[in-house]
Amino acid sequence: MATTVQRASQLTLADLKGKVDPDWCPGCGDFGVLAALQKALVELQIPTHKVVTISGIGCSSNLPGYINTYGMHTLHGRSLAVATGLKLANHELTVVVTGGDGDGFGIGGNHFVHTMRRNVDLLYIVMDNQIYGLTTGQTSPTSRIGMKTKSMPFGNIEAPINPISLALAAGATFIARGFSGEQKHLTELIKEGIQHKGFSFLDVFSPCVTYNHDNTYQWFRPRVKKLEDDTAYNSTDWMAAMEKSLLWGEEIPIGKFFERTDVPSLHGAEPVLNEGPLVHRDPRVPPDIARSFIEELM
Amino acid sequence: MKQTFAISIGGAAGQGVATPGDIFAKIFSRRGLNLNAYNAYQSIIRGGHTFLTIRTGTEKVTNMGDRIDLLIPLNQDSMDRHLNLLRAGASCIYNADTIKPGTAADGVQLCPLPVSELADITRNKVAQNTLAIGAGLHMMGIGFAALEEALTEQFKKKGDAVIAENVSVARAGYDYAAAHFTAFQNPLPKTENRYAILSGNTALAMGGAAAGVKFYCAYPMSPSTGVLHWMAANARKAGIMVRQVEDEIGVINMAIGAAHGGVRAMCATSGGGFALMSEGLGMSAMMETPVVVINCQRAGPSTGVPTKTEQGDLWQMLGAAFGDYPRVIAAPLDIGDCFKLIPEIFNIADRFQCPGLVLCDLLLSEGRLSVNPKELDFSPVIDRGELITAANGNGDSSAATTNGGYKRYKITESGVSPRAIPGVPGHIHTAATDEHQEDGILISDEFTNPTKRRAMMEKRMRKVAGIEAAVPRPTLAGPRGADVTLIGWGSTNGVIEEACEILNEQGISANQLQIRWLAPLHGDAILEILKDSRHTIIVENNYSGQFARYLRSETSFVPNGHIRKYDGEPFMPHHIVEAVKEQLAGKTKLSVPAHEIMV
Repeated sequence: MATTVQRASQLTLADLKGKVDPDWCPGCGDFGVLAALQKALVELQIPTHKVVTISGIGCSSNLPGYINTYGMHTLHGRSLAVATGLKLANHELTVVVTGGDGDGFGIGGNHFVHTMRRNVDLLYIVMDNQIYGLTTGQTSPTSRIGMKTKSMPFGNIEAPINPISLALAAGATFIARGFSGEQKHLTELIKEGIQHKGFSFLDVFSPCVTYNHDNTYQWFRPRVKKLEDDTAYNSTDWMAAMEKSLLWGEEIPIGKFFERTDVPSLHGAEPVLNEGPLVHRDPRVPPDIARSFIEELM
Repeated sequence: MKQTFAISIGGAAGQGVATPGDIFAKIFSRRGLNLNAYNAYQSIIRGGHTFLTIRTGTEKVTNMGDRIDLLIPLNQDSMDRHLNLLRAGASCIYNADTIKPGTAADGVQLCPLPVSELADITRNKVAQNTLAIGAGLHMMGIGFAALEEALTEQFKKKGDAVIAENVSVARAGYDYAAAHFTAFQNPLPKTENRYAILSGNTALAMGGAAAGVKFYCAYPMSPSTGVLHWMAANARKAGIMVRQVEDEIGVINMAIGAAHGGVRAMCATSGGGFALMSEGLGMSAMMETPVVVINCQRAGPSTGVPTKTEQGDLWQMLGAAFGDYPRVIAAPLDIGDCFKLIPEIFNIADRFQCPGLVLCDLLLSEGRLSVNPKELDFSPVIDRGELITAANGNGDSSAATTNGGYKRYKITESGVSPRAIPGVPGHIHTAATDEHQEDGILISDEFTNPTKRRAMMEKRMRKVAGIEAAVPRPTLAGPRGADVTLIGWGSTNGVIEEACEILNEQGISANQLQIRWLAPLHGDAILEILKDSRHTIIVENNYSGQFARYLRSETSFVPNGHIRKYDGEPFMPHHIVEAVKEQLAGKTKLSVPAHEIMV
């Protein structure tokens, strides 16, 4: 019987449209992140069934429901642990993890640090709005000092974490920052992050128009400066990246802070995976190996 | 009474209790004898006190027994703690240079070894241990060749000089005993049988490998760490991805991620780690992604006594994670069963797409047992249930992006919906921890819908009936209508069995109902068995009678009495025998035996 090889038709934006429309507040920065992610996948032409979008819990973590790829909408803060397991079970899949600052840097902070040091090959996009949205406006790990929220009505007195410096210290091998208001730039960063073989961290300023009245589009627009515009900047220089990561105020850098390609990803470093993805393997232990396990006990 | 022989070796942690234990175990096993080893120890790396008991015999040996035949105290502390346990016919071998014996019971033979005369103790720091092994083996009537062979294997990695040194020291002990000590009345028998000796943790890990586990992850926690150690050591040979994770929250989520990717995934922990996994179990249930979690119980609450055993986590297992969801819980009956249970529970978890929970405990996890190698079956049935791993499901395979008509959470009569794994064309869906409708779309926000929510709850919960039908009913061991029925669960199987044998020999007829599958519980079958019982006693290793309370909640059954132990140590047969007698005599309805061995 002759087999017909179907030529995969060109992937378009329509193919990536989810079954339902986002229910984010009108004007939410997350719309821009979703659009940029869809555009990046179209430009990279990765078949939708080979992509898994994984999130935690929060406004931004609803994203997997709005994009037509395989998805997992996991527990609050646990997306990276789930994604690590999934990637190791089938490392041929493209894994994109999405979530918010509370999800990733607060409740999920431990997994964030450890997934970076493991260099798991996935892209982690944090829609960082410096506030808890779905719980109706409390202080987040990236809320600035002095910010008034329902949980700190007299102003935040705790210093925010710096996600970029933290990622550098934890050993992430691709580190970038985007802005939801800079679509083209963000799409390029997502593409680079997906293509990077290792852990890619992309912190995205994604303003919350309902609960964060300090860090708005208007606040960010004049401040963000693309690192790509600075011809002297070398993103393979870790010390330079660390220095840049500390900038905050009148000038806030966005773009690729750092990338190194000399570190194997977790699945590349583990010889167990040399024979291909675990999911395609025979579950049985070969009889001679099984016998040797028993003989060791005799 | 079973004809068995038990050796106990006591010393400080780091003093080398394990090596003589391994050597004795190897020699017994090579003689075709069964054995059970239990090490009572403390959470300390150097110092403190540790007490290893190895019991051997031609018949099945399931527990440490009631009698020590040979005591080898490696320090004064061990002598002081345990000499009083010896009864007529027993012997105690000790280093006469450093240890003073106390007063022994009548008929106990004290066997002092002049260690500094027999060996160069400046060269060999553990000479006293090796001398004692040699002396002990002579007294058991075992030829020296067996010891020479065992020592050669034990010290193989250290080279010929070390082997020769140890063999010559052992020989000196062997010959000294021949000249100075009385041998045991019955020399140790020999059979043609061959056994594998393994711990419960090794059995759990090997059972996982046999079940086709391809992903194992864990955070180290006593007494479950042995599972991680076996998995890590053999990962590359068995083709298993093994990861040590930052905490147990990460463990359960990583395991579920791998399981969702399509492989069998397993993890093991103890009560504290299991508590951290609770929310993750709910995710497994809600996403309908099967995972197997082993809880090797230790004495709680909180950090508790990390090196001591207990059956105190039953209610934690029953109540783990919030909300109602189908789960299966099983407790292995012995170390061999630790192996056998894992493929069985994976098949149920896979078929019903729910978490499978294994309730083991320190007694099995860290104990050692001789098992017939035929019982370690690496070709068990592997039933992955309704799993779609290629575009052959109910989606349209040609429609890679339009997705055919595939509904991941399709409402079915059995409650089981065919599960497509990521990567399969035509079956794209999102699995969510939020409540969802058949196609995976959330019904927790703008699409919230009470009718759909009810339908999904009922779909998931319908799986419980299927699980119940898949799980075998418990059976009664021994004749119906006995004077007393002892009811236990999990690891107490062997000791209750032996207590029944002793009671029967003493003229009290006893039978046993041991529960292996805890949830779903076959309540009707249990009531049917117990309706003929004349006096029922529930035996369990916890304070509050967790199983008794569970059985009552499921069946309204109330037993005549309880035997409980919560001092961290396992039951010995005589604890149960004596408690049964006092309860049959009407003295009490709750017996809490005191443990005589102080570690």
